Amino acid sequence: MLSDLLPPALVALLLDSILQTATMVGVAALLSTLVGLPLGVLLVVTGKGQFLERPALNRVIGTIVNLIRSTPFIILMVAIIPLTRLLAGTTVGTAAAIVPLTIAITPLYARLTEAAMREVDQSLIEAAQAMGATPLQIIWKVLLPEALPGILAGQTVTLVSLVGYSAMAGTVGGGGLGDLGIRFGYQRFMPEVMVAVVIVLVVIVQSIQMAGDWAARTVNHRVARSRDRT
Amino acid sequence: MVRVEDLTMVYDEKAGPVLDKVSLSVSEGDIHGIIGRSGAGKSTLVRCLNRLVVPTSGRIEVSGHDITTLSPGATLRSARRDIGMIFQHFSLMSSRTAAGNIALPLEIAGVPKEEIRKRIPVLLDLVGLSNKADAYPVELSGGQKQRVGIARALALDPKVLLSDEATSALDPETTEQILSLLKDINRRLGLTIILITHEMDVVRAIASHVTVLEHGRVVESGPTFDVFAFPKSPVARSFLSSIVAHELPPQVAARLQPEPSGETAPVIRIIFTGDAAEEPVIADLAVKFGIRASILHGRIDYIDERPLGILTLLLPEVGDRLPAVLAHLSSLGLHGEVIGHAVRSSAAGTRRAAS
Repeated sequence: MLSDLLPPALVALLLDSILQTATMVGVAALLSTLVGLPLGVLLVVTGKGQFLERPALNRVIGTIVNLIRSTPFIILMVAIIPLTRLLAGTTVGTAAAIVPLTIAITPLYARLTEAAMREVDQSLIEAAQAMGATPLQIIWKVLLPEALPGILAGQTVTLVSLVGYSAMAGTVGGGGLGDLGIRFGYQRFMPEVMVAVVIVLVVIVQSIQMAGDWAARTVNHRVARSRDRT
Repeated sequence: MVRVEDLTMVYDEKAGPVLDKVSLSVSEGDIHGIIGRSGAGKSTLVRCLNRLVVPTSGRIEVSGHDITTLSPGATLRSARRDIGMIFQHFSLMSSRTAAGNIALPLEIAGVPKEEIRKRIPVLLDLVGLSNKADAYPVELSGGQKQRVGIARALALDPKVLLSDEATSALDPETTEQILSLLKDINRRLGLTIILITHEMDVVRAIASHVTVLEHGRVVESGPTFDVFAFPKSPVARSFLSSIVAHELPPQVAARLQPEPSGETAPVIRIIFTGDAAEEPVIADLAVKFGIRASILHGRIDYIDERPLGILTLLLPEVGDRLPAVLAHLSSLGLHGEVIGHAVRSSAAGTRRAAS
């Protein structure tokens, strides 16, 4: 079916590109979660009136996060080329694209998790303190589990943004679906390739959104669910 | 069990102290109500007791822990485990089931999993929720949520239970059930309970002692019955107005005059306490003094399971026998006082004459 529309060589290219995009998105998502989640926690617990209030630290993290978030991705990508070379050993290809992707998406993820954790009722934190919980226990046993639906929703937004960013990263030699679309669809005047790339991207984004919504719903016990319907 | 000395809390110098040299003591096994209007400082006071709020000055001792001087960290955390707390809006985790919420303080204290598994059914049973172990808070009613809150607060066998407006978000019927559960726990476990409330009904229902707080100061403190029967402060009187007839309904109050005149007769208020509540006072007045007293207002309530009656009488034809009447009342163990003078009800007189 697909081979009717696209020559086999292009189908192979398309599959390769999907794999590259998945790698970029997957690895960058993993790394940004590992860095962004602790950052989000720090942004919350060091905030004003919180149990680990540290105004200076809070401002420093907040400023760095805002700086990165206000830099357009395409500029960030170019600006950090020396760092990319240092970390990935090269500045082109999928591995090299992961560096700017991670750096660009981590602040977004940190802000989204921060927002999710701010939604947690302050009185729950008070209750945990009254039980004699350590700060780490409050974070681990109260803050994160209670914010989990919001954190998962943030994760979904992050993944979708990553797919978009990864297409951009493709244009500067990162490979992946964006790269395929530009090189074949645009530069070689092959609109069918462009259409195929767009369709694949739509399917990927849609799947991420559906999976994310499902996951967030599954862990959300804040709304009553009739058990026989699910 | 709990001793508070000269507790002062200032958040904002300009706004003045939220708590101003508050002192009170609570004995083991008491249920001590702290009542005050919103802004009286009661929430701050209760939060000082487990140092969720650090007071500006003063001393607090709870169950042998000197709360104010404990260094923050491990010693404070272990002191907090001796103090359970329940909240107005329950403060349950939505991501945990009833059993999970009750397990939280045990997990925090590092109780082994096996032990926790054994404790949960006991605690659920204590609050009458054995069949709701796997229900999430969203599936529970307000009363059931507070029961989970109580079970959670009791999980670590505290010496003192702090209740911060625990029934304020509940309907009257549920309030009654939660209060009797607290009373029951107090009796069975000998648990000392300090409850913050703005409702005198709550104090009447279960508190053995009460402290009235206004503008961060203690204006009255003592056994509930005494404060209810003989309130000294205007705040206490106004709190009691819906429960005990210390204040007359406006229609009656409007008729009172401070000074006697030719047209008026004295109005006396008799406070009946304990066994004296059953004395046939009105009949006595008629038989012994020939006074046909008319009742302006009256009510008998049960406070701490003891009767407390307040009767406001108009005494026509009493003349100079008033001191004798008051002496007679006090010989019966009743508390009588003249609270004013009122014009004899002419309407009643005319009606009687017409019939």
